[in-house]
Amino acid sequence: MAASSARKPHADKSGGSKPGHAPADELIRLYRMMLLIRRFEEKAGQLYGMGRIGGFCHLYIGQEAVVVGVQAALTPKDSVITAYRDHGHMLACGMEPKGVMAELTGRSGGYSRGKGGSMHMFSREKNFYGGHGIVGASVPLGTGLAFAHQYRGDGGLCAAYMGDGAANQGQVYESFNMASLWKLPVLYVIENNRYGMGTSIERASARTDFAGRGHSFGIPGEAVDGMDLLAVRTATLSAVAAIRAGQGPRILEMMTYRYRGHSMSDPAKYRSKEEVDKVRGERDPIEGLKHRLVEQGTSDEARIKDLDGEVRALVNAAAEFAQASPEPDPAELATDILVAA
Amino acid sequence: MPIQVLMPALSPTMTEGTLAKWRKSEGERIKVGDVIAEVETDKATMEIESIDDGVLGQILVPAGTEKIAVNTPIAVILGDGEKAGDARPTSNGAVKAQPPITKPAFAPARQPATGAARVQTVREALRDVMAEEMRRDPSVFLMGEEVGQYQGAYKVSQGLLEEFGPKRVIDTPITEHGFAGLGVGAAFAGLKPIVEFMTFNFAMQAIDHIINSAAKTLYMSGGQMPVPIVFRGPNGAAARVGAQHSQCFASWYAHCPGLKVIAPYTAADAKGLLRAAIRDHNPVVFLENEILYGMSFPVPDDPEHIVPIGHAKIVRAGQHVTIAAFSLMVHKALAAAEVLAKEGIEAEVIDLRTLRPLDTETLVASVKKTNHLVTCEEGWPFAGIGSEIAALMMEQAFDWLDAPMARVAGADVPMPYAANLEKLAVPQPEHIIAAAKSVLNRR
Ligand SMILES: Cc1ncc(C[n+]2csc(CCOP(=O)(O)OP(=O)(O)O)c2C)c(N)n1
Ligand SMILES: [Mg+2]
Repeated sequence: MAASSARKPHADKSGGSKPGHAPADELIRLYRMMLLIRRFEEKAGQLYGMGRIGGFCHLYIGQEAVVVGVQAALTPKDSVITAYRDHGHMLACGMEPKGVMAELTGRSGGYSRGKGGSMHMFSREKNFYGGHGIVGASVPLGTGLAFAHQYRGDGGLCAAYMGDGAANQGQVYESFNMASLWKLPVLYVIENNRYGMGTSIERASARTDFAGRGHSFGIPGEAVDGMDLLAVRTATLSAVAAIRAGQGPRILEMMTYRYRGHSMSDPAKYRSKEEVDKVRGERDPIEGLKHRLVEQGTSDEARIKDLDGEVRALVNAAAEFAQASPEPDPAELATDILVAA
Repeated sequence: MPIQVLMPALSPTMTEGTLAKWRKSEGERIKVGDVIAEVETDKATMEIESIDDGVLGQILVPAGTEKIAVNTPIAVILGDGEKAGDARPTSNGAVKAQPPITKPAFAPARQPATGAARVQTVREALRDVMAEEMRRDPSVFLMGEEVGQYQGAYKVSQGLLEEFGPKRVIDTPITEHGFAGLGVGAAFAGLKPIVEFMTFNFAMQAIDHIINSAAKTLYMSGGQMPVPIVFRGPNGAAARVGAQHSQCFASWYAHCPGLKVIAPYTAADAKGLLRAAIRDHNPVVFLENEILYGMSFPVPDDPEHIVPIGHAKIVRAGQHVTIAAFSLMVHKALAAAEVLAKEGIEAEVIDLRTLRPLDTETLVASVKKTNHLVTCEEGWPFAGIGSEIAALMMEQAFDWLDAPMARVAGADVPMPYAANLEKLAVPQPEHIIAAAKSVLNRR
């Protein structure tokens, strides 16, 4: 079974379905995507523990509603760029779980043929521009993608994701200035998961209202409940409508949370297990939407269980593929350094 | 089917760990997410959470056991109605042990202890010397990401916040360009900052201040304004972290007048050279290595142990070929020398220790003795440290070389992630052995 994408299948000039009124089949599709990301990440964590995945591995567990809700408001011609916590973004862009997992294991079947790894994956076909390991880099790069959309007049926009920690980088403000000055079609998504590695936002930021960070540049921003898929989708739909109307960049601050450590080697002593358990117990985005689907009669427990089975099968197949796919040919060491003449 | 819990890999460089504590006992019921044990890795103490529901059927590795290899079964979790004996043996189970990726294939070299010394890791030696210098000089302070509360991303600054407080051990935002510049400004004003980069890869965001603001200011001010600052952190390839996180910057910084550049190998040199760097009135780039952090060496007890900047060290004497290396590559050069010795080739291994100013004298003297030279570095070959040494030898030792020298360097490609390709990209002892034999015209 092929992975679907969280994006709307067809470009839609109106900016999509009406905010807050997602059709039932779309909701199920988005629920399934969040579940896919969750199960994919759990599997990646297991494979890391077994030594099948090496280096750094940053899991997205807890933040699923952000990327799935944002992508639900984009169209396939829009471009996407993020940092190293990127597996969820790739799946939501419609990239194949197999190819993503095989990149994590460093195999030839991976999106970068094993040469990039967890933090560095790309798909031209899906307009996914990485996967960047250097904090802050996604912001000017995403602004450049937006510049290209405007330059070509192709009607697309760029969703440029960054963390709360990244939001303090100087290059972010250089980008904000240019984006606003030139009315570039860019949506800055600040994933505020409250920590940059072991440092809480209060210990790293003079002001923690990231939505207001565009104020001096005249960029409107909005803080959104990033644990609520529908809230994310709704806020993104209206931001995207403004951007497409030529009003320039928008900032969305997604209030979210990561359940796991920063990377696999993070002992996470900077926060209590109770803090994590509380968010997981009270605000989990997947449980939240499931509740809503069942309550509204959009779905029932049986259908939800089927979805879980489907997703698990997909993830297991990806994990098998990722371990069976051969390592890259040694000759690959010296390819892809320059484009051949 | 009972499930075996395996010793997990919990960091890029972990190959084994200590089972510090069991948090559940045999027979106890466990749920997904329950912490079952604490494991000490090369970096930290981590909690292992169960990924299954069931009963902790059997503990296979008692608390306190050290050096448990990744993927060793440590416990068995039983489902309802299962017995411990049903556990699936790992040999034919779904989980097969894989050879650890980063384990060096050779034993760590140890220097013979002389005088009063104790064995310390490079990590501990660096921490101790920073603490000693901060006690001695109130104008010394440490600044960087996660250096305080988190105790250092690689645990190098462990305990410093507790001793010196947040005024002198400062957690910064993730803004390298900004805090490096701030550090340089503080040094203009006479403070002595130690700026830690989580890794030197991220110092690329700050390289403008390291070079334009720190390295050039004494000159531009006609000698009025020294910049006493240390930029330190891990440099070079770690393990499986890909192109943007594994790169050697030795030749980048060594290129620049106005900087001193140090890249130690042993814990004793790390300590003595960092002390010299902190006391120096110039900007010093101090290149550490993540893989070396956990390696142990004898370190002199002398509280004033200092190693002068600018002096290489002959770490193994030999008469057939000189092998010049720095940082982790010294380790590999020594391993290569052992193998060469078995074949009757006695290599002289030189630990360069300082890259700017480079100790050309020691190199030339060794080449005059051995008449053959191999250089080793993790960085790219083009315009690398080896290239510079080649030029210096042309100028100063040409008549003593019996054969063209050889450079062992990282492959001229961005660092690949795949395990097999990474192995090909990072210079290994085998490459050094082959290079030594080729300059000696031996096969
Ligand atoms: C320039 C730079 N400095 C430091 C790092 C090391 N580092 C990687 S992730 C990270 C924390 C980033 O936090 P945030 O932006 O909030 O993103 P999150 O991890 O929470 O998704 C740090 C310090 C880096 N990759 N790049
Ligand atoms: Mg964050």
